Amino acid sequence: MMLRIIFSRPEKMRIFRYRLMNEIELIGLKSLPIVVLISVFMGGVIALQTAANMDSPLLPEYTIGYITRSSTILEFSPTILSLILAGKIGSNIASEIGTMRVTEQIDALETMGINSLTYLVLPKIVAAVLFFPLILVFSIVLSLVGGWLALVSSGLSNTETYIFGLRSFYLDSDIVYALVKSEVFAFVIVTISSFYGYYTKGGALDVGRSSTQAVVISSVVILICNFFLTQMILL
Amino acid sequence: MIEVVNINKSFNGTLVLDDITAKFDTGKVNMIIGQSGQGKSVLAKCIVGLHEVDEGSILYDGRNFSELEGNERRDIRKEIGMLFQGSALFDSMTAEQNVMFPLSMLTNMSKKEMQERANFCLDRVNLSGKNKLLPAECSGGMQKRIAIARAISMKPKYLFCDEPNSGLDPKTSIVIDNLIREITYEYGITTVVITHDMNSVIEIGDNIVFIDQGRNCWSGDRNAIITTDNPAINNFVYASEFMKDIKTVLQGKLK
Repeated sequence: MMLRIIFSRPEKMRIFRYRLMNEIELIGLKSLPIVVLISVFMGGVIALQTAANMDSPLLPEYTIGYITRSSTILEFSPTILSLILAGKIGSNIASEIGTMRVTEQIDALETMGINSLTYLVLPKIVAAVLFFPLILVFSIVLSLVGGWLALVSSGLSNTETYIFGLRSFYLDSDIVYALVKSEVFAFVIVTISSFYGYYTKGGALDVGRSSTQAVVISSVVILICNFFLTQMILL
Repeated sequence: MIEVVNINKSFNGTLVLDDITAKFDTGKVNMIIGQSGQGKSVLAKCIVGLHEVDEGSILYDGRNFSELEGNERRDIRKEIGMLFQGSALFDSMTAEQNVMFPLSMLTNMSKKEMQERANFCLDRVNLSGKNKLLPAECSGGMQKRIAIARAISMKPKYLFCDEPNSGLDPKTSIVIDNLIREITYEYGITTVVITHDMNSVIEIGDNIVFIDQGRNCWSGDRNAIITTDNPAINNFVYASEFMKDIKTVLQGKLK
């Protein structure tokens, strides 16, 4: 029901485009610093742990690059990053819309004859669905760079072997799988957070409660979706 | 004219509005009064469609609002201006942007035309030159006036004011009351004010509806509220000794 209303035609396309740009900035561009930080360090940690656990002389050294790439593309960048962004973006959306609800700003929109769900939520969904794949690609690249920096600086591997590992057994379908996951997770985060924000009742305390619920439920749904998407696409 | 006919509304099995019928005349300040928790705001929210009624009809100049859906209902809403209890201004927008917002969303006016209209509305509420202020930079009275400017920007046929004086000092309350009255008479708007501020009722109330325990308990004009013997309304309006003294003075004046 809520989704049907959200996907109604916006009153003014000019206003929608303006709001979309704002949301791309808020949801996408302002998330980049944390994406950079987490991706570089997580890539580095994945590479170091893989290298540290490779005791068998039968395993070639390039396996480090291969495992770092696979872990990053299949799980870390689409799933772990989405869980982190559910915290950042989800709480932001739920508290913004929740505050608008308890201060009657949403009622004001409705009495003006404006579809408040389309006005408030649709630009957020479109911005997230458009920008999450870019964040994903950005995160993958940075993780792999982080892995390379960690290995080279610690002397556990060299550039040529690492790059050889990254290029080994490469499948395009892995990238497709990651992109599909990022799109689904973007949609999940924004719709669930908007739902909890929009249906907030009460005051400041309830806005905080909605924000927490939005993050928790988004995270749980992401984990469940991750399981089913993995079954559907990879197996 | 707005008519509500036999409205019932309940929340979780608790009847909040019980068979309410009332008329709100065009070009007049119509007031809904009553104690807190008696259903005044719920009635107003039902009339503007923020709550759905369980039974009954709401007629805007004969158009049955409660039976309309989607765009037809939205068309009537575009004729409504509403001043909310907490002003409900958009935090991230300046005073001017708040006033221009309904114009930008619902009309095809150029930016220049919208700015002219916003200037006119802000000027009308004595806030000329305050265009660039954010709501957080304004006092409570200024926020109410910006909200009134926003409410009248679309030249509404119907104006709803939910507790326009809440949180305001007596002097600012009088300014807001006078503004509501002037705007109503000037533009021939059907104004509905929800309040429990008896000063406002006596000052600007042309038609008064008294809600008690979810029922329309009494209705009349501002003279009738002074002379009425209705125990429920006397209990509410003249609850204090001070107000009883005022009633005596006012009754003497009327004689």
